[in-house]
Amino acid sequence: MARMKFLCDAERCIECNGCVTACKQENDVPWGVNRRRVVTINDGVPGERSISVACMHCSDAPCMAVCPVDCFYRSEEGVVLHDKDLCIGCGYCFYACPFGAPQFPQAGAFGVRGKMDKCTFCAGGPEKDNSEAEFRKYGRNRLAEGKLPACAEMCSTKALLGGDGDTIAEIYRQRVTSRGKGSDVWGWGTAYGRPEAPTAKPPGAAPGTPAAPGAKS
Amino acid sequence: MARVTQLAAIAFGAMAALMLAGCGERPQVIDYKQGKYQGKPDEPPYAAAPFNGNKDMWERDIRNRTQNQNEYRRIGS
Repeated sequence: MARMKFLCDAERCIECNGCVTACKQENDVPWGVNRRRVVTINDGVPGERSISVACMHCSDAPCMAVCPVDCFYRSEEGVVLHDKDLCIGCGYCFYACPFGAPQFPQAGAFGVRGKMDKCTFCAGGPEKDNSEAEFRKYGRNRLAEGKLPACAEMCSTKALLGGDGDTIAEIYRQRVTSRGKGSDVWGWGTAYGRPEAPTAKPPGAAPGTPAAPGAKS
Repeated sequence: MARVTQLAAIAFGAMAALMLAGCGERPQVIDYKQGKYQGKPDEPPYAAAPFNGNKDMWERDIRNRTQNQNEYRRIGS
């Protein structure tokens, strides 16, 4: 199986915020923390586009590189997770992340910044799977139940696709071929490698082969 | 007079060297090196029930579930 990925189809997103609500409800995310949000570009202008944004679980995650306590790890399925027991809430990952994914609860006294919280691809964290401790710290572990992230499964227009990278890329390809437009995939270049980056190419690919159809950074 | 000229030459030389040093500026972007994970180990998603370590079964379930997002397949095109 390839690595887990998110793909947001800007042609389909209707800014309903169903993904945001599903994430909040499924993971019991505290007030003030938004693991997922919907961003609208050219709001109110004809042709506006909306995209659902959360942690993209990058191939070469900048948050992992800048963390001073090395609390990040990548699971076998390519999901970027972190150990909250180790996190010191310094905020470096927030500055490094191109998607603004890391969130910091500020409910404590004097606006103190708590431990970082972010999308886990509904894969929990480094606690016993589906345990109370895991749910309390990281949210639900749907992957361990054989399910996909709640946001993607809840999406009414199926604008947000989540799951095995090869499978969702194939679904998207079929969709683009059918409608004949809108092949740009927002954020894929940044998260999973730019087409020109040599490391982003699959083994044995011809030079100049794009990493994803119409990938946009 | 000769001493003043000598001092001026030294000052000029030092200033030129200082100004030239600006051309040799080092890149100021830090090249981060990937650290090694220091936290607790995590178990794979297929380790616990209902998969009990059966990775193939888990992968099959996830693949089928992913296809639920494909309405061309789900409801027919």
